[in-house]
Amino acid sequence: MAWCETSMPKRWLLGVVLLLMASCVVPGRSNHEQAGALGLGRPATADDIRAWNIDANPSGEGLPVGQGTAAGGAAVYASKCARCHGPTGVEGPMDRLVGGRDTLASTSPVKTVGSYWPYATTLYDYIYRAMPFDAPQSLTVDEVYAVTAWLLHENGITEADTVIDARTLPQIPMPNRHGFVPDPRPDVPGP
Amino acid sequence: MDTDRAEESGRHDGSTSAPLVDRRRFLAGSAALIAQGSATLVFGAAPADVTEGDPMRTPGSPARRYGDRSPFEAPVRLSGGSHSLTPLEHLHGIVTPSSLHFERHHNGVPAIDPLRHRLLIHGLVDRPLIFTIHELQRFPSVSRHAFIECAGNSRSGWQGAQDLTLQELHGLTSTSEWTGVKLSTLLEATGVRPEAAWMLAEGSDAAGLTRSVPLTGDVLSEAVVCYGQNGEALRPEQGYPLRLLLPGLEGNINVKWLRRLKLGTAPFMTRWETSKYTDLMPDGSAYQFSLVMEAKSVITNPCGRQQIHPGFHEIRGLAWSGRGRVRKVEVSLDAGGTWQEAQLQEPVISKCHTRFRFPWRWNGQEVILQSRCVDDTGYRQPSREALVKVRGVHSNYHYNGIQSWKIDRDGLVRNVDA
Ligand code: HEC
Repeated sequence: MAWCETSMPKRWLLGVVLLLMASCVVPGRSNHEQAGALGLGRPATADDIRAWNIDANPSGEGLPVGQGTAAGGAAVYASKCARCHGPTGVEGPMDRLVGGRDTLASTSPVKTVGSYWPYATTLYDYIYRAMPFDAPQSLTVDEVYAVTAWLLHENGITEADTVIDARTLPQIPMPNRHGFVPDPRPDVPGP
Repeated sequence: MDTDRAEESGRHDGSTSAPLVDRRRFLAGSAALIAQGSATLVFGAAPADVTEGDPMRTPGSPARRYGDRSPFEAPVRLSGGSHSLTPLEHLHGIVTPSSLHFERHHNGVPAIDPLRHRLLIHGLVDRPLIFTIHELQRFPSVSRHAFIECAGNSRSGWQGAQDLTLQELHGLTSTSEWTGVKLSTLLEATGVRPEAAWMLAEGSDAAGLTRSVPLTGDVLSEAVVCYGQNGEALRPEQGYPLRLLLPGLEGNINVKWLRRLKLGTAPFMTRWETSKYTDLMPDGSAYQFSLVMEAKSVITNPCGRQQIHPGFHEIRGLAWSGRGRVRKVEVSLDAGGTWQEAQLQEPVISKCHTRFRFPWRWNGQEVILQSRCVDDTGYRQPSREALVKVRGVHSNYHYNGIQSWKIDRDGLVRNVDA
């Protein structure tokens, strides 16, 4: 497939646009009128979309108004995260969140937010939707920004007083930002 | 602890020996048979009095509203809480019974009322729409067989052979007939902006699981938004009432409990395609969006931890490829020294488990059995050695090395590196 062989994402975009333009890849495209005419589904209102549109992506799109710093995040972390991830984010018992820098090429790689994650926006997105594990979507926007700030600071990526918000988060330089390559497979010779 | 690693490794804290028969149902059966003990029953030693338990001399049970298997049939999934493994060694043909389809979920199986469930399609579309399940079922429908395999299936192979069962080693793959509406049909209804190249798929479980799907030609022509599995509604563990099916792509991207599709220009870089499901290489870089499950085969009979006896055995197995059809499966009886072509059972369906078989007589000598497959793109299943040479031992996902079963003189079958 084209998208596994080229550099992302521009080449992918180009390829897909070309494919979409070639009518053959959308079977039944000639039936466009007919499908539209089925009249199934109702138009989604702006309110419908706002209620469910919770994702945030690397461009910063989707990040809500609000903010936090590591200082404020320490309290959130201690009360809502530490029992599963350890007092400093290292001890567990669940996923280690801190440390592991410069271990990826070693014989015992340690993958954490600090050592492995390519985008800081993923932290906001994931914590907001999925953490704490036993009470997902229970944190306020400011709490998510604050605990995100704390995790970035503990990983030595930001300062203690760095304000994390919709504008700053997408710009945080993650140590492993360029560690990923688009799928090059098939990469292993067969017998 | 890295939960992901523990849960997909095929190692279990619980007992791996399932009871031979389901006690509860069994007790409801014949009291005369109970006296004989379950092992005898399953392997069928005849009762002393031949009229005892003779099904021709007692009227059978009445019709049932919802069927269940015979109480003499016992295969079960091995469950580790957030995942369970298909007992591949006990299945016939290519379809996995829905009750035995493997599971993997990231914060439990949600209980969803289908009347309240909705699918929202928005983002770079002309007309954002919301659908009820009923409306989705009114669209023109499609059905197809397809395997779904967790990217973490067989992952213990990266660490080297462990003496485990087939189910424990490779049980995170299953095949169903899936029914639903084609993604392309829904996208025709909403219209797609020309700059849309990726689609976020979101589940309504407590993980709020999200994946970015590249809108390639393959995806647009094959993706199905499914409500049916093996002739009935999806099972809750498989996404009831709605899931995405992306034939050939890693399990995790076939998002279950689907509630939202959002079209965008670039991948959304969710945790599930950055922190997880990326393949770490020896140089510290990682493959990303390695979505296709590459061709793989395993011998399911005989297999790990079984005990066999000299004489005739039909070597049976499953082969599959996320890139298309299985073209050929070969079997080796000498640890890969020589290879002979196995017979493929029809139907051979693209991106679906394919059954193969090979007649064999075991002479009681030590032997190492292997299978390898080629798909219709010409891709050939590699050896573990070749895989590890390129990807090292820390990539965690997408392991498809050749499986070796060693049979000792005592007939015990063990997983080995050969
Ligand atoms: C009840 C236990 C529990 C609590 C409390 C909890 N977590 Fe988690 N966390 C988990 C588990 C389990 C996972 C792994 C989930 C999975 O892989 O499906 C996880 C994963 C994560 C990850 C992803 C790690 C990675 O490298 O992929 C982050 C980030 C995270 N948690 C942050 C938080 C934050 C911030 C809080 C507090 C607001 C929190 N967690 C509270 C159990 C918990």
